[in-house]
Amino acid sequence: MDREPAATPVISVRGAAAALGARPVLRGVDLTVHRGEVVALLGANGSGKSTAVRSVIGQVPLTGGTIELFGTEQKRFRDWARVGYVPQRTTAASGVPATVREVVTSGRLSRRRFGRLAKADRAAVERAIALVGLADRAGGPVDALSGGQHQRVLIARALASEPELLIMDEPMAGVDLASQEVLASTLREQVAGGATVLLVLHELGPLEPLIDRAVVLRDGCVVHDGPPPEAVGQHALPGHDHVHPHAAGEPLRTGLLS
Amino acid sequence: MEFLEPAFMQRALIAALLVGITAPAVGVYLVQRRQALMGDGIGHVAMTGVGLGFLLNSSPVWMATLVAVAGSVAMELIRAYGKTRGDLALALLFYGGMAGGVLLINLSPTGSNANLTSYLFGSLTTVSPEDVTAISVLAAFVVLVTVGLRRRLFAVSQDEEFARVTGLPVRALNLLIAVTAAVTVTVAMRVVGLLLVSALMVVPVAAAQQLTRSFRATFAGAVLIGVVVSLSGTLTTYYVEAPPGATIVLYAIGVFVLLTLLATPLARRRARAAEAEAADPAACDVRVPAGRRPGDDARV
Repeated sequence: MDREPAATPVISVRGAAAALGARPVLRGVDLTVHRGEVVALLGANGSGKSTAVRSVIGQVPLTGGTIELFGTEQKRFRDWARVGYVPQRTTAASGVPATVREVVTSGRLSRRRFGRLAKADRAAVERAIALVGLADRAGGPVDALSGGQHQRVLIARALASEPELLIMDEPMAGVDLASQEVLASTLREQVAGGATVLLVLHELGPLEPLIDRAVVLRDGCVVHDGPPPEAVGQHALPGHDHVHPHAAGEPLRTGLLS
Repeated sequence: MEFLEPAFMQRALIAALLVGITAPAVGVYLVQRRQALMGDGIGHVAMTGVGLGFLLNSSPVWMATLVAVAGSVAMELIRAYGKTRGDLALALLFYGGMAGGVLLINLSPTGSNANLTSYLFGSLTTVSPEDVTAISVLAAFVVLVTVGLRRRLFAVSQDEEFARVTGLPVRALNLLIAVTAAVTVTVAMRVVGLLLVSALMVVPVAAAQQLTRSFRATFAGAVLIGVVVSLSGTLTTYYVEAPPGATIVLYAIGVFVLLTLLATPLARRRARAAEAEAADPAACDVRVPAGRRPGDDARV
């Protein structure tokens, strides 16, 4: 496969429109992410940020506009091993017990579509588990983990394919401080290694120093695309409004209960 | 080993062994997907196939396989694409299949309610040599799929959306699970009967996971329990006048209860170990990331 030129954006979204049922959720979203960039997608609940990332990975059909991944039209994009996806979940468990290693191994299948896993695949899985600091729990069951550790498992699963692009949907939701720290340092290592990151965040939080650019959505439209807005809120206290300076007039509500 | 003497008993034990292997092997994925009752639905649909087999004077096992596969594909499509109430659509399919079976079997000249009962509740003594051939072929297919594709099926059953993003053929794998479940139902039909098939898919898995912590161990444990209960249930009916399906299912539930009782002290010990780990003073030494700026100008 031809390598695309370095200048080709990793993600290129043009005029994306999408609807859930009859309600338009995205109304002409433009979003470009270049190689090596860390872009945060911010906005209140219902602003369309989750729908935006899910449309990038082809899980929400567009009603208008185009999406390109690594310069290839998304519908024709097949090289999914280059994309690591962390869905918005509160748990990595399912109806049957599974170990951390078993769940993370699922993420490696994009590299090994057929046949058995090779030694290199197993090594990549162990590396991904070690990256999120769960090496000592690798053989343990996921349902014994805390909420933050579940999130770390999901991130390790995304890292198992050694992706160039990481797409994360609210990786910090419900994550304890110890895990937030681990996630931030994991992300820092990935970025230092040249990874491109698009992540949906409710607020910048401990990831703030890593973020190159923030795109703020409101009612399915991009209202800010530039340097991350200054964090001015006190803390994520329940019911506490964070007032962002770019949103003159009506404050953007990003508190936990908004 | 006098129970191995009669040919019907040899056939019964072969059938029971294959059922004991295949039913939990598929069941573990259904339980993982939280579709534990899917097997029950397919069992109802397969009734129509049995009736059709009698009416057309062809093999009820192969007819049931055909209809069950069609029914399971329909169920999977309803699950995947159905925008309306999925459970209602499934109910229509279940009871339509059941009613169709009863009607067709009564229409056929060779079929009778006694015949129907043997398919509903299982009847080992009537397992014919042709049945054994059919069951063996179908069981080989089930084992090939559930073991050979275990990582892919695990991934799809664990997190469907993530599996799609890794580029796995999720639609095809979902259909494959549905078809394999349908095939398993018809494998198990002669031994445990259509009404109790689902129990042998689900109960050994539920029993195994009382003790296990990994998917791999759950899979192996469930198959082991499935084999033990179906063989011992079949042997019981050799000595005692009892329906095989009900005996096997009650044994499985007995194993479940036993393992649950065993698991309680085990879980307590694991919880204590975890507690001891958490009490480690180093674990409490958490550095709080300095993400926020101290200059707060929040409007409250």
